[in-house]
Amino acid sequence: MNIPANKPLSYGLAVLMLLFSMLAHSETDATQQPLQDALAAIKQGSMSEREQAINHLVELKHPRSLVILQALLAGKLLVVKDQDKLVIGDAIDQDYNIVDAVSNEKLGIISAEQVGKINLTNKLRSNLRKIIGELELNADDDAVRLAAVKAMDKEVDARLLDLFKQRLAVEQNADVKEAIENILLLQQMDSADKNERMAAITQLQSHDSLDVVNKLKAITEKDADGNYAEADSDIRNIADAALTEINGRLRLYSSIETVFFGLSLGAVLVLSAIGLAITFGVMGVINMAHGELMMIGAYTTYVIQQLMPNYLGLSIILSIPAAFLISALVGIAIERGIIRFLYGRPLETLLATFGVSLFLQQTVRSIFSPLNRSVATPEWMSGSWQINDFLSLTWNRFYILIFCLIVFVLLMQILKHTKLGLEVRAVAQNRRMAKAMGIPTAQVDAMTFGLGSGIAGVAGVALSQITNVGPNLGQSYIVDSFMVVVFGGVGNLLGTLVAGFSLGIANKFLEPFAGAVLAKILVLVFIILFIQKRPRGLFPQKGRAADS
Amino acid sequence: MKLLTLASQDKTRATVLSVLAAITIIIPLCNVLTPADSALHFSAYTVSVIGKYLTFALLGLSLDLVWGYCGILALGHGAFFALGGYAMGMYLMRQIGTRGVYGDPLLPDFMVFLNWKELPWFWYGFDNFAFAMLMVLLVPGTLAFVFGWLAFRSRVTGVYLSIITQALTYALLLAFFRNEMGFGGNNGLTDFKDILGFNIQSEGVRSMLFFLSGVALIGAFLLCSWITSTKLGRVVTAIRDQESRVRFLGYRVEMFKLWVFTFAAMLAGVAGALYVPQVGIINPSEFSPLNSLEIVIWVAMGGRGTLYGAIIGAVVVNYSKTVLTGLLPDAWLYILGGLFIVVTLLLPDGIVGLLQRKLKEQAA
Repeated sequence: MNIPANKPLSYGLAVLMLLFSMLAHSETDATQQPLQDALAAIKQGSMSEREQAINHLVELKHPRSLVILQALLAGKLLVVKDQDKLVIGDAIDQDYNIVDAVSNEKLGIISAEQVGKINLTNKLRSNLRKIIGELELNADDDAVRLAAVKAMDKEVDARLLDLFKQRLAVEQNADVKEAIENILLLQQMDSADKNERMAAITQLQSHDSLDVVNKLKAITEKDADGNYAEADSDIRNIADAALTEINGRLRLYSSIETVFFGLSLGAVLVLSAIGLAITFGVMGVINMAHGELMMIGAYTTYVIQQLMPNYLGLSIILSIPAAFLISALVGIAIERGIIRFLYGRPLETLLATFGVSLFLQQTVRSIFSPLNRSVATPEWMSGSWQINDFLSLTWNRFYILIFCLIVFVLLMQILKHTKLGLEVRAVAQNRRMAKAMGIPTAQVDAMTFGLGSGIAGVAGVALSQITNVGPNLGQSYIVDSFMVVVFGGVGNLLGTLVAGFSLGIANKFLEPFAGAVLAKILVLVFIILFIQKRPRGLFPQKGRAADS
Repeated sequence: MKLLTLASQDKTRATVLSVLAAITIIIPLCNVLTPADSALHFSAYTVSVIGKYLTFALLGLSLDLVWGYCGILALGHGAFFALGGYAMGMYLMRQIGTRGVYGDPLLPDFMVFLNWKELPWFWYGFDNFAFAMLMVLLVPGTLAFVFGWLAFRSRVTGVYLSIITQALTYALLLAFFRNEMGFGGNNGLTDFKDILGFNIQSEGVRSMLFFLSGVALIGAFLLCSWITSTKLGRVVTAIRDQESRVRFLGYRVEMFKLWVFTFAAMLAGVAGALYVPQVGIINPSEFSPLNSLEIVIWVAMGGRGTLYGAIIGAVVVNYSKTVLTGLLPDAWLYILGGLFIVVTLLLPDGIVGLLQRKLKEQAA
């Protein structure tokens, strides 16, 4: 899939590595000698010699030691039979792609028959795992150390405990430090001394770790006969208190998570509603094809990604202006072709634009098939931000939230500081007066509609990152986005923002106990009732403009 | 000129009425009297399709009363139709009795399937035909009354009202999709056996349902014509044209609107109740906002504010739909979308308006 594009890159890397390895050869030949000896022992020796050689390799503290040992553990350390040479190889079908074990020099692809694998006994393997862990524990990279600590927290023995203590004394990185402390304190909880145990529990109650929660729960629980697993009531009480404190924080985390989900849902609502807010607020036109303009934006993303499959990130970034342009052009065409003949007849406009939406849906269905298409997410947008064991926020929703705010701020700036913005606001306030002042209202209408439609297209790009792209994409958002506009107050962009986020958060807080569908219904019913009380929304327009 | 328009309106009205009456009497009569292989015999399919059109025409008529005469563009009118249909469907479900797949004497199949132990309270009484028919009127009527009371009292008008009616039917769509609601979820209510003890598939019952649909349509048409000609009808029309002026004259606008809205919802409920036994199924898709918008296009296509225009529109659009979805399944949405645009831009008075203009030109 990605091979053609990566080829130049991998060639470049190969050349670079070759250069480095040649340099390394010429300078460090003398220091390579003990390494070569150890490797020779690994290569030929009996299992016990192999074990000694491994230990020797560790003592050498050579920069290649860790890589070689990792390869050995993974079964990737191979001997090329006719050259009697140690290499590290990745299996490709029947062949191996090998590099020199010592110099890391690329040696190309070799068939599996020409190499022999270096075998290990199970005992040796488990020892090796520990040894590698220790090496990783002292690696220079923070992430490697943290991963090593996390990987080793399951079976902690006395020797490892010592290693942890040594590392803790010199450790600088806060995350690694906390992870090690966590393990040490968990160990301390099993100590024989009651005071030490209590001290450990007290200290641990500020740690957000699943292991801590499980351990504390084990202490406070009763077994089948109704006896406490922990005999000492002091320990039980203090563990209980610690658990309560941790649970309090967990509730906080889950609230934070719900708020985050709500904000991200709100961001989607705001993105989809804000274009509608412009066309409806300024022109009093309900554009029922607004959802389909979003769909066009999403399909634009899909097409651009198909055109440049190897540059995912770039394709998403390029999609933003492209989707804006295409949706804006379609929007202007709708305005010039249909809506301008229907000004002053909002109900007819609603019906005509609904016709347009059906038309666009069927067009997309004919071109791209009725099936949903999925748009790939670039790497920097996938995955999640793991804050602790209990709280993680997904990156794509995070980016959409930020994207929504950027779009909002940009739009506000356009409306406030550009000539178009000034004219748009003038027409929105008093169309006839604006016309009398020489503002070309027809042109402004077209541009306004284009702007609102373009933003719908941009919203479509964001949507393509969280849901599948299909002909019905827009339909599901039109009622929601109109609700947001009405709830916020027509003609008020800030109101749209507030309304979108509050509806998003309300939806997500209702979901846990009402279910997704019922939550949606409740929100709809709430808005219907809300419009009864305040027909002009949260932030109604004041003054003369409100009467029209 | 004005007289001529009125005369031609009366003429069209008379034509529509007589055609309706002819269809209503002849088709069932032919089917009952002639043997199945006779040339005069209509197939079961034809009878059920035309019967369906008649109920749609009734539905269009009820929307025309709301939109054409009172100016309320209700985008959720299909919800009342579906509610009437569900009330009828519940009666028909209770008639199945032990003949269901699971053979439970009380619970419909889908409840047994969901492992429910007893009948939900709102299913009680639906084994009684009279009660069910009362519900066909009361359920849509009550919903329309409560909704309208809230909306009209706080003067929600125009596009706002349109969109919240759409939200209403959308919310109902989501709700009825849920199995927990107790209305069969996604699959809805189907597999009906009997109505009033007669086999619902039989020739006689089909003809009878057809006849009743025709009678209901004619009756509703006459009733609506009468309503629009009374003083109440004139006030309602005045509200459509100048709402604030009517209010300043001392009329309580919201009460008139509420009355019309509720009455129309009940008519839609009746249409739904006649529709369900003829097509044999009712499911949540009837609540979909698109269905409600299709009703609007029937009325707009036929010509709103004329009542018979809604009937013509409903039949023409649905006949085209039946034919075209068979011939060109992909093209239907293009055509429906095109209809919305063409009708609003070029044919604001619909087919009826076009015919009247032609008539006028001939007379001139």
